[in-house]
Amino acid sequence: MALSQRTLTPRQPTSDPVTRGTPTPRAPTRLRSFRRWFSQTGWRHLVGVAVVIFAAFPLVYVFSASLNPGGTLITANTLFGNLSLQSYVDLFNRPQQPFAAWYVNTLFIGFSASAGSVMLGALAAYAFSRMRFTGRRFGLITILLVQMFPQLLAMVAIFLLMLSIGEIFPAIGLNSQIGLIMVYLGGALGVNTYLMYGFFNTIPVSIDEAARIDGAGHARIFFTIILPLVSPILAVVALLSLVATLSEFVIASVLLRDPEKQTLAVGLYQFISQETSQNWSVFAAGAVLAAIIPVALFLALQRYIVSGLVAGSVK
Amino acid sequence: MSTLTTTRTDDRSADGRRARRTAEAAGVGWKLLLLKIIVLGLLNAASVYAAMVLFFNERWLIGTLVVVSGAFLTWIYFQRGALPAKYLAPGVVFLLIFQVFVILYSGYVAFTNYGTGHNSTKDHAIHAIMLQTQDRVPDSPTYQLTVVERSGELGFAVTTEAGEVLLGSAETPLDDVRGAVVEDDRVVQVPDHEVLSFAELVDRQQELTTLAVPLSDDPNAGALRTQDGQRAYVYTSRFVYDEAADTLTNTQSGETYTDGGEGAFVTAAGDQLMPGWRVNVGLDNFVRAITEESIRGPLLYVTAWTFAFAFLSVATTFILGLFLAIVFNDPRMKSRKYYRLIMILPYAFPGFLSALVWAGMMNQEFGFINNVLFGGASIPWLSDPWLAKLSILIVNLWLGFPYMFLVCTGALQSIPEELTEAAQMDGARPFQAFRQIKFPLLLVSIAPLLISSFAFNFNNFNLVYMLTGGGPRDIEAGINVGSTDILISMVYKVAFVGSQSDYGLASAFSILIFFIVGTISVIAFRRTRALEELN
Repeated sequence: MALSQRTLTPRQPTSDPVTRGTPTPRAPTRLRSFRRWFSQTGWRHLVGVAVVIFAAFPLVYVFSASLNPGGTLITANTLFGNLSLQSYVDLFNRPQQPFAAWYVNTLFIGFSASAGSVMLGALAAYAFSRMRFTGRRFGLITILLVQMFPQLLAMVAIFLLMLSIGEIFPAIGLNSQIGLIMVYLGGALGVNTYLMYGFFNTIPVSIDEAARIDGAGHARIFFTIILPLVSPILAVVALLSLVATLSEFVIASVLLRDPEKQTLAVGLYQFISQETSQNWSVFAAGAVLAAIIPVALFLALQRYIVSGLVAGSVK
Repeated sequence: MSTLTTTRTDDRSADGRRARRTAEAAGVGWKLLLLKIIVLGLLNAASVYAAMVLFFNERWLIGTLVVVSGAFLTWIYFQRGALPAKYLAPGVVFLLIFQVFVILYSGYVAFTNYGTGHNSTKDHAIHAIMLQTQDRVPDSPTYQLTVVERSGELGFAVTTEAGEVLLGSAETPLDDVRGAVVEDDRVVQVPDHEVLSFAELVDRQQELTTLAVPLSDDPNAGALRTQDGQRAYVYTSRFVYDEAADTLTNTQSGETYTDGGEGAFVTAAGDQLMPGWRVNVGLDNFVRAITEESIRGPLLYVTAWTFAFAFLSVATTFILGLFLAIVFNDPRMKSRKYYRLIMILPYAFPGFLSALVWAGMMNQEFGFINNVLFGGASIPWLSDPWLAKLSILIVNLWLGFPYMFLVCTGALQSIPEELTEAAQMDGARPFQAFRQIKFPLLLVSIAPLLISSFAFNFNNFNLVYMLTGGGPRDIEAGINVGSTDILISMVYKVAFVGSQSDYGLASAFSILIFFIVGTISVIAFRRTRALEELN
């Protein structure tokens, strides 16, 4: 076992353990055991610490900057030199940049679009997984193809389409959040169906058959039997599309014009490009608040996501 | 439940079929049926309303399409059978409009000159040109004016010297109006309109002084304008439009402009009159992209960098991710869980925020990296063409390695350990065993993810736009483009950033991306299928 694990490491670190370890030449047994520990797992901890610093540093930095009231970019360089929540208060008192409205908009758009895409994706995946019909293969290939062309490639056409819809129906055209959600739903099938389809296929068909024999119709089978069974993949898809919507910039920036209608991604970008380094701590506070929900959801659903990511490839 | 026995006993008879249908219907339940009726009712109400509005606006084709699709959807849900269609329809409707149609529409726009100065129809352009260059007619009669408003739009209600009462707005020429109340030669009340008070006039002065109400449908007739909101005078354009010859003539300089066929009026010498209008220009945008040196150069450069960026991003994140997966895939190692928790934080943090935070840290004058890590050095991380590229790759490594770590860990754990042991029994050295046994197996499951990661990075707009904005800008280029721009950010900048928008050219670039992405995915998926068949 030990040997086989060693094989996984393509290269040992070049640093000599003796120079790093406790230099006690009079205790050869302790040294030898340290050496063994280091060559087996100790160096892995060194790698781990290095990676943890690399991964966490920008996040620690932005958190520290947010606690530095009235801070600019340069004063943010002293980490945790100042601890105050003033920037978080300032954030909500800027009439030019309605942060609270951005937050609410982002959540509204994100949750609606994500719930909608899960629903549309699940319906389609159920059809592809459980029914055999002409055009099924064609449909699956089309979805696989469409997946290759993200919506943002057609941003110009989406903008022009919404512009002309808005001339007649202002409620769903340019500068409307409902319109934006509709555009996001257009990408739902392409992105989610394949992932869901794979998972639906792992639910035995005999469950459906048993329910049908007991007199359940297709709708009842879908809503009361299949949906609860596939809830892990629903959670994964909901989360992935929520996170994708929360950080979507291109289409949101093109379609939403009024500051009080915009999302966090659009608003915070404009905030930073207008003020650059002047109000860095206020921006940092905004960034921390904006990140809380996706990070919390991600950590809470971590296990599902990892298995979903792997399932997407392995299963 | 009673239907159960019937269904089972004689499945093939007509009775049995009817019974099964009943069972099916009973399975749906009356609540669902009610929901279905309500939803479809709302859908039909909405589609009929939309169609009526569309017909009212003379959009006959789209209006018809809305009615037909509404009816078709209703039919799908009210007939028996065609079960798959019932499940696919909602998603497909959105897919067709906002993914398939917009792609085709991009294709259409790429063949037009749509953009700033070419936004509208020819009639609108003629009106706009004539409005821009108006002079007051020297002996114009005075019109007693009342400014009125209807749903936000300003209009003029005037009395002529002959005692007629006329009403018009920017969109509708002056015409007789009935039911208006006139006191002392001045209109004080108009049906369906509100008369603006003096205070309101002052508030909207800017809007008021630019408002021109045409006298008639003929653009040459001139328009009424006002300076004070009390009296209006006739203004005529310096240009005269000759409908038969389709020319505009400047009455002051005497120059004649003709329709040059490229969406604008031009003189014989080639001077253009703006605004123009939208026309089909055929392959013009593509020809421009290929032949004009100031566009071709940046386009080639940006395409090359897009490929390099996507490839290097996948390579660096995969190598680091795989290395970490191997390091942490040792059951003897303690507290792996905590390392892992912190390592995936960059993946959980919203991408656009990460890029903005890194942009602050990499700031040349005040950033953390220069000021603290490099002790006050002034390294142009984001403003030097090559360093900016390196910075983008570093930040993308930070953003992307957790994902690669997660999927590599998953794939490694799904490969049975016996394979390596067997290889070692056969005398393979540890690295050899990894390189020749585990790695190919790993690649089979990871390859599709590497391809989609490549496709994702190929269009990784947020990172590039938020970190460097595509810059530092290339001054010699004829379009707004910089040395870290990738194709998709170039499209965005050409279409939406700055005062000049060129939707036509931007769409032509999008079409180019479509072809590149399509070609790559076809090739890539063939290769992976071949990989899979090998094993």
